[in-house]
Amino acid sequence: MTIINMTVNGVPRQMAVDERESLADTLRNRLGLTSVKKGCEVGECGACTVLIDGKAVDTCIYLSLWADCKSILTVEGLNRPDGELTPIQRAFVEEAAVQCGFCTPGLIMTAVEIVGTGKTYTREELRRLISGHLCRCTGYQNILNAMERIVEEAHKVAGK
Amino acid sequence: MSVGKSISRVDAYEKVTGRAMYTADLERPGTLVARVIRSTIANGVVKRFHLEKALAVPGVVKILTCFDGPEFLFPTAGHPWSTDKSHQDVADRRLLNTRVRVWGDDIGAVIAENEVAAQQALRLIEVEYEEYPPLVTVEQAMAPDATQLHPDFPGNILKQTEFRIGEPSYTQAAEEEGLARISKTYGVQTVQHCHIETAVSIAWMEKGRIVIVSSTQIPHIVRRVIGQATGLSWGKIRVIKPYIGGGFGNKQEVLYEPLNAWLTTQVGGRPVRLELSREEVMACTRVRHAMDITIGMAARPDGTFVARRFEGYSNQGGYASHGHSIIANAANGFRNLYTQEKVVEAQATTVYTNLTSGGAMRGYGIPQLSFAMESAVDDLALQLGMDPLELRLKNAMPEGYVDPGTGITCHVSGLRDCMQRGAEHIGWAKKRAAYQNQTGPLRKGVGMAIFSYKTGVHPISLETASCRMILNQDGTMQLQMGATEIGQGADTVFTQMAAQELELSPEDIHIVSQQDTDVTPFDTGAYASRQTYVSGMALQKTARSLKRRILDYASGLLEKPADTLRLEQGNIRDVQGNDLMALDVLATEAFYSLERPLHITAEESIHCTDNTYAFGACFAEVEVDIPVGKVKVLDIINVHDSGVLINPQLAQAQVHGGMSMGLGYALGEQLLYNDKAVPLNNNLLDYKLPTALDTPELYVDFVETVDPTGPYGNKALGEPPAIPVAPAVRNAVLHATGVAVGSLPLNSQKLVEAFEQAGLLKKAGGENV
Ligand code: FES
Ligand code: FES
Repeated sequence: MTIINMTVNGVPRQMAVDERESLADTLRNRLGLTSVKKGCEVGECGACTVLIDGKAVDTCIYLSLWADCKSILTVEGLNRPDGELTPIQRAFVEEAAVQCGFCTPGLIMTAVEIVGTGKTYTREELRRLISGHLCRCTGYQNILNAMERIVEEAHKVAGK
Repeated sequence: MSVGKSISRVDAYEKVTGRAMYTADLERPGTLVARVIRSTIANGVVKRFHLEKALAVPGVVKILTCFDGPEFLFPTAGHPWSTDKSHQDVADRRLLNTRVRVWGDDIGAVIAENEVAAQQALRLIEVEYEEYPPLVTVEQAMAPDATQLHPDFPGNILKQTEFRIGEPSYTQAAEEEGLARISKTYGVQTVQHCHIETAVSIAWMEKGRIVIVSSTQIPHIVRRVIGQATGLSWGKIRVIKPYIGGGFGNKQEVLYEPLNAWLTTQVGGRPVRLELSREEVMACTRVRHAMDITIGMAARPDGTFVARRFEGYSNQGGYASHGHSIIANAANGFRNLYTQEKVVEAQATTVYTNLTSGGAMRGYGIPQLSFAMESAVDDLALQLGMDPLELRLKNAMPEGYVDPGTGITCHVSGLRDCMQRGAEHIGWAKKRAAYQNQTGPLRKGVGMAIFSYKTGVHPISLETASCRMILNQDGTMQLQMGATEIGQGADTVFTQMAAQELELSPEDIHIVSQQDTDVTPFDTGAYASRQTYVSGMALQKTARSLKRRILDYASGLLEKPADTLRLEQGNIRDVQGNDLMALDVLATEAFYSLERPLHITAEESIHCTDNTYAFGACFAEVEVDIPVGKVKVLDIINVHDSGVLINPQLAQAQVHGGMSMGLGYALGEQLLYNDKAVPLNNNLLDYKLPTALDTPELYVDFVETVDPTGPYGNKALGEPPAIPVAPAVRNAVLHATGVAVGSLPLNSQKLVEAFEQAGLLKKAGGENV
């Protein structure tokens, strides 16, 4: 076991982890952050995506050791104290971009990364940016609609 | 009015906040990890295990093998049980099999304190086998010298059925002079469901009973099958179904719940998690059957169909699962989509092989049929020199059609309107003409396909459903369905239906999403696009009973006859529409009244004895890059007649998902096996599941008919979107290139070969012509 320090959803954490442990397992099993889903455990599906220092990463193939001194954000960390949804989450709800919901937390984290750039993207660019996520339910159509909408909204705000 | 509105999903908040709990999220402290010991051969018998090294791994709790497991043979298909022996599913496997029939067969299990120990133990186990030649294809399995895989099925034939409607035989009818004829074999490949949540369950014991949380579409059926597989009395089994990360039919199968239920009994009832890896899900659960279907058609020069024939072989894989039902459904679908002057006949055969077992997958045999039949219609149209749209309009099932095999009636049909709308969207007439006589490496084409699809399983199997409603003190409602939410939006549409019946707002209906066989009313579950139709009927009946009870109670309180009272917008009103009492006041009174306390609830079940056809069409425009064999979908639309839409936005979303699945079937997905029946690409890297980059814009339209039998005029929607896409794309490629490809998927390898053969390309990278 090795001691690591990381900030998870804004809270500093010190914990002992197994050297072989993936960050997905640490977040799920030690911190109860079950929004981090596992669909393949080999970096193919994107369900386990979280932001590590602001970058979307598949945590199933990321050792917890590497997260030492890093800042982690999961969907749980987006939740506002009053339970109100962020515009990104609201867009997913309103555009019917959610079906079984298993790919959803990962996609939302990638959306947070994309929106965070403050740039605008064409639909084709968005397709490429989310192509690391597999979704079997939606054909990506409404996910892209939600993405387009929030990118536009964010850009409007940033542009002001 | 709640029905017909696009309200947001009732579970969306939980899902976007990561709070929705799926099976693996419900693990209890101290849960053990189980892993299946899998055969490394596809055909043979397990002789001996060497377990010493594995047992020495620290953390290994127990290793069980096929020599320990219960002897019961059991069926795994998620069908309603039949008390009539001749209609029961084939019971052809044990929990752990000594006779190995697929690569990765379940021959044992390791239970360990943690994942690492379980994995290490697995690697150290040695198994001795007696090995037989693997049977990969139907031809190999039917060869006279093939090993027989199951004792009761000589020749490895699981089942063969046939029918003929009309006179004389197809061959005789087709002989008539002056008819156009085709007879051609179309092949469809093995594909997998690829739900993003793998197969997982957690089992433990409580008060001498088994409790199992599982990612399943069919909790009540899982309970029955666990009983059949383990010998436990059914009442001793409790199945809990939380949110699930997709199923698409693979979880309409009792996969590993029985094994896990038995495993917990072997470790004193400690909780055990049995979670399959992605590789195991793809190789060792179920797949969509590969089939070869020969279609014969004979038509008059004006396009009128005279005679049609279907002859199909289905590659079952090692175990019966849903077995012959799937190709039998395809044969029935062949019978009903079109009419003909004289005769329609079919012969369908399901053959055991050593591939992954075929099971239910979205569309239940109809996507396979659709590729064969709809390709054949276009091939015939080409021969007749007729527009494929005209040919379909001329012969497609008319309203009032009664299927001679099942008695299912076409109550109402929007099929022709679906075709017209799709044609308009794609610019059919103009593009069919414009894309004739193209030359050069890039060519465009438009193609189409249509389908019909039943709603539920009546009269083939039992259709029953039930529902419970409980009035809360504040006038809101608890709604419990036996029907399951599997991502399709069932909870939301049931909420809308209940709100509609009781004239409440959807926020006042609290649906219990989780099914628990100890408390949930009985329903067979999510399959056959049945729930909004069949379970919707149960809901409607329950809501009406509840309403009657509310009004009866109000009648006592208000001293007015119940038939002069109405429940509207959360109020008891008289015939003039005056508010007499708020529902919350009545509810609180009912709970706590000292004179007449009453807990107002209702529970009803229904026996559905009807069925109805949903319809639709897909139109696609493609650009084919001939030298590299690449198909680009430029435009695609599905137009559906699913009757009245309960929630148009969710309906549309459902169609998107089906279209994407259809595009995967058309262009890339294929589970490959080597000649030892070992899967070659059972992972999401090598198996080409469509990504966002592979998916074009998906257009959807609806023709809303009002079905007289659906509880709200609705009919099947869940599965149909996946059906017509692949043949529409294939027919568009035919239009673009003149090359009639006979099998799926339309990948580069296959297309380049076909273009070479057709003379569009010179061999081996030569110039195109
Ligand atoms: S679980 Fe990490 S990418 Fe699939
Ligand atoms: S919503 Fe089911 S996998 Fe994306």
